[in-house]
Parts: sequence; C-alpha cells; structure tokens
Amino acid sequence: MAVILQQTLNGLQLGSVYALIALGYTMVYGILRLINFAHGDIFMIACYIGFFASGAFLARHLPTWAVFASTLLTSMVLTALLAMLIERSAYKPLRYAPRVSAVITALGVGLFLEHFTLATLGPAPRAIPPLLPAANYNMGGLTISSLQLMIIVISIILMLLLDTVVQKTMTGMAMRAISFDKTVVPLMGVPVDRIISLTFAIGSAVAAAGGILYSQAYPIINPYMGVRIGWWAFIAAVVGGIGNIRGAMLGGYILGFVEVFTPTILPSSTYRDFVAFTILLAVLIVRPTGILGRVAAQKV
Amino acid sequence: MHSDVLKSKRTLLLIAAGLALSFLVERSGLVSSYVLQILMYVGINIILTLSLNLVNGYMGEFSVGHAGFMAVGAYMASIVTVWVFRNSLGWLAFPVAILAGGAAAAGTSLIVAIPSFRTRGDYLAIVTLAFNMIVKSLLENIEALGGPRGFLGMNRLTNLVWVYVWCAITIYIIRNFVYSNYGRAMLSIREDEVASNLVSVNTRQTKVLVFVISAFFAGVAGALFAHLVQFINPRTFSIQKSTDILVMVYLGGIGSIFGSILGATVYTVLLELLRPLGVWRWVVGPLMLVVLMITRPTGIMGLREFLGFVPREERAERRKEGTAIAAASR
Repeated sequence: MAVILQQTLNGLQLGSVYALIALGYTMVYGILRLINFAHGDIFMIACYIGFFASGAFLARHLPTWAVFASTLLTSMVLTALLAMLIERSAYKPLRYAPRVSAVITALGVGLFLEHFTLATLGPAPRAIPPLLPAANYNMGGLTISSLQLMIIVISIILMLLLDTVVQKTMTGMAMRAISFDKTVVPLMGVPVDRIISLTFAIGSAVAAAGGILYSQAYPIINPYMGVRIGWWAFIAAVVGGIGNIRGAMLGGYILGFVEVFTPTILPSSTYRDFVAFTILLAVLIVRPTGILGRVAAQKV
Repeated sequence: MHSDVLKSKRTLLLIAAGLALSFLVERSGLVSSYVLQILMYVGINIILTLSLNLVNGYMGEFSVGHAGFMAVGAYMASIVTVWVFRNSLGWLAFPVAILAGGAAAAGTSLIVAIPSFRTRGDYLAIVTLAFNMIVKSLLENIEALGGPRGFLGMNRLTNLVWVYVWCAITIYIIRNFVYSNYGRAMLSIREDEVASNLVSVNTRQTKVLVFVISAFFAGVAGALFAHLVQFINPRTFSIQKSTDILVMVYLGGIGSIFGSILGATVYTVLLELLRPLGVWRWVVGPLMLVVLMITRPTGIMGLREFLGFVPREERAERRKEGTAIAAASR
C-alpha cells in the first residue's frame, strides 16, 4: 500500500511536468491546427538556459530561493522569445500553405535545435545544481520530499493561472475565438498575428517552467533529452484531447502514472515507451478526438 | 497502356544496360569500395523515398513512420537468412529473405492502416509515428533479437546488382501503379477525398492498398540495408531515420518518380560530401528541410515528372501542365 501511495506521489510529480509541456502542444494545435513537433526540443533548450542561468546567478551568491526564482523567470522569458522567433521565421510564412508543410517544418525545427545544441555545446550531459530544498518527511512509511511537493504545487499554480488566462481574459478569449474560426476573427479586429505569437510564447514559457522543475528532480540534461519527454507530452496532449487545455493536464497526469507504474506491472521500465504509444493508439481508435476532445463534424 | 515502358525497346535496352553497368562497376574494381557503398545507399534510399512518396506525395496523406516498416523488413529478412537458412545457399536465399522482409512490412502496415484510415488529417501522422516508436521499443525489449544491442550474423549479401535490380523493380511497379486505375483513384483522393468518394472511388480500400504497397518497398529497402551493413539495431530505425526519408521526398519533389530519384541521390551524396563538417553535418539536413518548406514546399520537381516516366498518350498534356506549373511558380 505504501508503495502504491509512494508511486502515486511520484506519478503526480512526473505528471505535472508532462502536463506543463503538453499545454504547449495543445495550445498551438488549438489555434493553428499545427502539431508543433519542435516543442520537446524547446523544453530541452529551456533546461540549457536554466543550466547557464543558475550558474550565473549562483556565482553572484544570491540566496537559493532567489536563484531558483530568477532562473525560472530567465528561462521562461528567453524560451518564450525563442519560440516567438521560431514562429515568426519558420511557421508564419507557412500559415496559408498546406498543413503538412508546417508539420514537416516543425519536425525540421526540432531536429535543428537538437543538432545545433549538440554541435555548439557538445554531447556531454551536464548537471543542473539543486536549487530547491530537498528535505524528506516521513509519514508512516511514505517518504514525501519537499522537492516533490514544490514541483507539484508550482505546476498546479501555473496551470490554474493559465486556465484563468485562457478562460477569463480578453487575450484568452481571442485565442479561443481564433481556434473556433480563423477566417472570421480578424474581421472582428482581433490582431491574429500577435495572438498567435503570444500563444507560442505562453506555451513555451510554461514548458520552460516544466523544464526547470523537471531538471530539479532529474538534474542531468543533454541535447536529446527533449525527444522522449517531448513525445510523452505529445501523447499526453493527444490522449487528453489535443486542442483542449484541461485535456492536456489530464493527459499529463495519466502519462505520469503510466511511466511510474509500468515497471511494477511489466518486467522492466524499458517497456514504458511501448505502453505509452499503445495507449495512444488505443485512445485514437476508440475515441479519435481524445478523452476530453470535442467531436467535430467534417464539413464538405 | 500500362506496360508501354517495357514495350518500348529503348526502355528495355536502358534497363539491361543499367544491369550490365552495375555488374561491371561491382566486379571490375573501377571504383573504390567506399564509392560502391555510397552507390548502394543511394539505391536503397531511392526505394525508400519512392515508396514514401506514394503515400505522402501521390495520395496526399502524411505518414511519418517509414523507418518502422524498414525495421520490420530488416529484422524479418535477417531472421530468414540467419535463422531459417543459417547463412547457407549464399545469394540464392537472398530473394526469399527480401520478399519475406517486404511481406512482413506489408502485413504490419495492414494493422496500422485499417484503424488509422477511419479518420483523415493528422491522425495518420500520429498513428504512424506511434507505430515507429512501438516497433523500436519492442525490438529493444525482445532479447532473442538482441534487444538494444542489435541483431547481427548476416552475410554481406547486398551488392550493387541486387540494389539495382530492386531499384528497377520498385520504379517499374510504382510507375505503373501511379498510371493505373488504382493510381488515378489515389490521385483523386489527394485532390478531393469527398468528391472522389462521390464518383464511387472506394477511398478506404485504395488508401489501404497504397499504404501496403508503400510499406512493402520500405521492407525491401530494410532487407537490403540489413545485408549491406550486416548489423542492425533498433536505434537505426528511429524517428530520425523517418525524418531523413521525409527530407528526401520533399527535397526531390512530391508526386514525382524522377523527383524521388533525384532527392534520394542529392541528399545521400550531399551528406557524404559534408562529412568533414563533423557534427554540423546533422544540422544541415533539418535546416534544409525548413528552408525548403518555406521557399518551395513541393520540392525540386514538385508534381512535375520527367516525361520518360509518363505514358506516351499523356506526354503532350503533361508538357503543357509542366509549363503551366512553371509559369505559376514564377
């Protein structure tokens, strides 16, 4: 029982990170109908920014919490800028091209980010210094680390914040309007280009936050780390219903639990990719729009 | 009309000359073994590119897991030569192994195709991607096949002649398929699926058929590849490999046989020439893909065709069309 509770907690921790990254996939898909395959690598870049930023801030002898906060902010801002740059230079020229062109471009951008990082920073993995307090609390056989709690709490706060932005603010309303009908919305005076850039920025900033939190739990980063985590977050978005923000959060937690519970059921944790992608296929066959996705009628 | 390529004596002569040339190059030692190896890679890549072009270019669907089918073909063919024939019979066993690899890939593609063609759009992309990952993950976990360490023990059965023969077969079959009734149905799906359904094209059946043919040749390419490098491992067939094939398709040009040949050749040779760049070499491919998509999303040939591949009855029309496309893109 204690093991299951312990694993549930681990699943929540991992699921929070997947949910944060899945949000970026789902927001961009909702607004542009584009599967942004570069998102996982943007997450990787965010971790590298975190690595250099934390090093720079630590050198200034700030208190640890201040280092954490400023690293988080720096990484979120820079990653958002990078995402806006990518959107402007690679995706915007293709907005009226066949959708396949944009998807292939996204695949290309992702690989470019990976290999560019590899070529400039080298393949050697690096370790992000611990910035969050890591005290362990024992509660009847259950070990709760403060790190774990912080990751879960910060993630949930960010998700609530994002949900509020999308549901309650004018910007969020504009985003939902664009995803509802891209041709009519500009006629209503909505600055579509700015909203799309903003969507990329917000989605990537949230992924950056996910990256910093993730690298506190798993401090080793390398140029290819975004591949697996990116795919998992992508599955989370699709399983939850791509284009649906609450679906992405739900999907993130489902995938977190899948990853944590796979080794307890199957012989080895190397089966986790197999399990995750099988779940993806099963969901697509039974409910092609995902768990929370709306079924859209095909227009002729 | 279907086989006018073969009926024309000149084409037959060309194919025979190519075969003779491949023998000569293979046996005479005129070129170094390095160049020979690259020529074989070019051939294998042509098969891969052309088969993916069938789905992505001619049918207008979006499959991104081609390396998964290649993996199935590679492992199946290796199992046949190493376990079934125990490396006996020499090259006689090879055609059997290649066909087995192709058939295995085609069979697996049925499992992917039947559920994924219920819906259109991004789902095929997601499903094929998932398929690629599942294949890789399964291969890594099957200890009997070497797990993550990979599978070895194959003899080097692939040579330039085999590659040439399979290249010619692939081009011949796909070319004739494209200009057959089924091919027309496939093109009509790309142009407008609903409309083609309304004129009683069995769109689902056509899509599954095209997908299976495409997977078959990916399996063949995998089999040739496995017996060329004599060592296969699940990581070889990752999504990176699939992306490489996509680059070749979109570089050469969608919906064009000559484009696929061109794309595969240019990309393979280019990557070899860039070898001195080291790691930066891997930055070139993705960057090229992005720039290509923005500036010329249909590729070098882009829906145009080398007239030699077009049935004689259609050449005049295609020539007109080609000038029209050229004028429009200017």
